[in-house]
Amino acid sequence: MTEALSAATLAAPPLASLRGVSKFYDNGVEALRDVDLDIRAEEFLTLLGPSGCGKSTILRLIAGLEAPSAGGLTRSFSAGSVGFVFQEPTLMPWAKVFDNIFLPLRLAGQSRGKAAPAVEQALTLVGLGGFQNAFPNELSGGMKMRVSIARALAPRPSLILMDEPFAALDEITRFQLNDDLLRLRRETGATIVFVTHSIFEAAYLSTRIAVMGPRPGRIAAEIDAAAPRETGNFRASPAFAALCEAASNALHRAMGEEAP
Amino acid sequence: MSAAAAPPPLLVLAGTLALWEVLVRASGTPPYVLPAPSLILETLASDRAILFPALLVTLGATLQALAAAVGGGVALAVLFAQSKWIERAFLPVAIVLQVTPIIAIAPLLLVYLDSREATLACAFLVAFFPILSNTALGLASVDRNLVDLFTLYGASRWRMLILLRAPSALPYFLAGLRIGGGLALVGAIAAELAAGASGKGAGLAFRIVEAGYRLNVPRMFAALLLICLSGVAIYASLAALSDLLLGRWRDVLARR
Ligand SMILES: Nc1ncnc2c1ncn2[C@@H]1O[C@H](COP(=O)(O)OP(=O)(O)OP(=O)(O)O)[C@@H](O)[C@H]1O
Ligand SMILES: [Mg+2]
Repeated sequence: MTEALSAATLAAPPLASLRGVSKFYDNGVEALRDVDLDIRAEEFLTLLGPSGCGKSTILRLIAGLEAPSAGGLTRSFSAGSVGFVFQEPTLMPWAKVFDNIFLPLRLAGQSRGKAAPAVEQALTLVGLGGFQNAFPNELSGGMKMRVSIARALAPRPSLILMDEPFAALDEITRFQLNDDLLRLRRETGATIVFVTHSIFEAAYLSTRIAVMGPRPGRIAAEIDAAAPRETGNFRASPAFAALCEAASNALHRAMGEEAP
Repeated sequence: MSAAAAPPPLLVLAGTLALWEVLVRASGTPPYVLPAPSLILETLASDRAILFPALLVTLGATLQALAAAVGGGVALAVLFAQSKWIERAFLPVAIVLQVTPIIAIAPLLLVYLDSREATLACAFLVAFFPILSNTALGLASVDRNLVDLFTLYGASRWRMLILLRAPSALPYFLAGLRIGGGLALVGAIAAELAAGASGKGAGLAFRIVEAGYRLNVPRMFAALLLICLSGVAIYASLAALSDLLLGRWRDVLARR
């Protein structure tokens, strides 16, 4: 199977596009300077960079949770068709798994009965069928993260933003969820923007990697990662090693050279 | 059930009462100095026509004031959550009321209000603040990410309040309610004592003051016993209520 994007996809207008975007927070921190970035339909874009380089800020800008201080931001997806997965599961502890996943549909005005199939389907997609009635604190960390992903999937978004979703998990669970994520992407066709600190995770998942540098946050390099992927042992392939090396070199350069 | 399996607090209590009884009898202490527990129980039974109506008065005032404090405290906390400006304007007033000892306010209130109203006002004033401050804290300490999530999905302020802030604040509110419940009784008693000193009133504390004037020490103890049991009952029922409402996610506060 090849992960290369079709010509039609590349020609389609980007889902979101940032042009010369800068972001200052109220306390005067310059989180981003002059960022140009397109989110293309159906891609898996990873933002890779050190802590504090503005990765979360970019996600929040795309989600519409922050406004840029300067520059242009266009978003060509409708308000209801974006999902967000945070570093922590961010579930409502008082609500059962079903109600947590039902939340986006509920806020969109759907009735419980009408939403039930979508909720169950989302749960099955993340491998948690049958856990509707559990409370979040009865689940393991990995299971909570799956619920969080199911919640993002339930309204069938065209774009899913994921902010270091697996950072708090052990490596075994993380590998499992990485594979699940690739499968979900094939099954749902969603575009994913993913944030991570991990070069290996970025190389394993992405079709494109944007390497970011700090102080102020900016995009230092873009790496095309749409390499062919033999499912199963991609982590052992030379292509994977080459990607990791390229990402690692770009990251070192980005961190070495500070912007004026 | 064997004695060893009985909960230790009950054993301690039973032991203390038994010792009290024995010491009073052995030393021949007169009842107007220290009545034996058995005499206190007897007095409770024989004076029930005086004591139980008084109990109802005190409990009624406490519960009404607590209900008002819940309504007022929660409403103000919700207002605080809507606007920092309102919070900055009203919080100092609430704090000033809180830090002024109620026992000092009670006689003043009795100048303007009759003893029943003054009792209600005092109980309300002391119960109000812990409910307000706990609920406000709960409404404010919502998971930032959940707020973002609700915003992302276009939730209105109102739905955010009902679906997110209210359930997040529930454990905090219940903690405030347990404190407020105990304090409401303290406030009611304080007002009744002040009223009793001026020869008015009908509550339990008034009966204590009155019995004190007559050196009827067994009745003082009997009334005190009723107050103590009321406090325990209020605390136990509020704790049961909070277990019922929090149910399976009770440990969420402990894990934060
Ligand atoms: N709400 C805020 N108010 C003020 N400054 C902020 C805010 N959010 C982020 N910042 C600052 O903006 C910069 C970028 O933050 P951001 O969270 O986007 O970084 P990040 O790349 O996601 O970091 P991490 O990998 O640690 O999550 C940081 O210096 C941070 O301190
Ligand atoms: Mg971040």
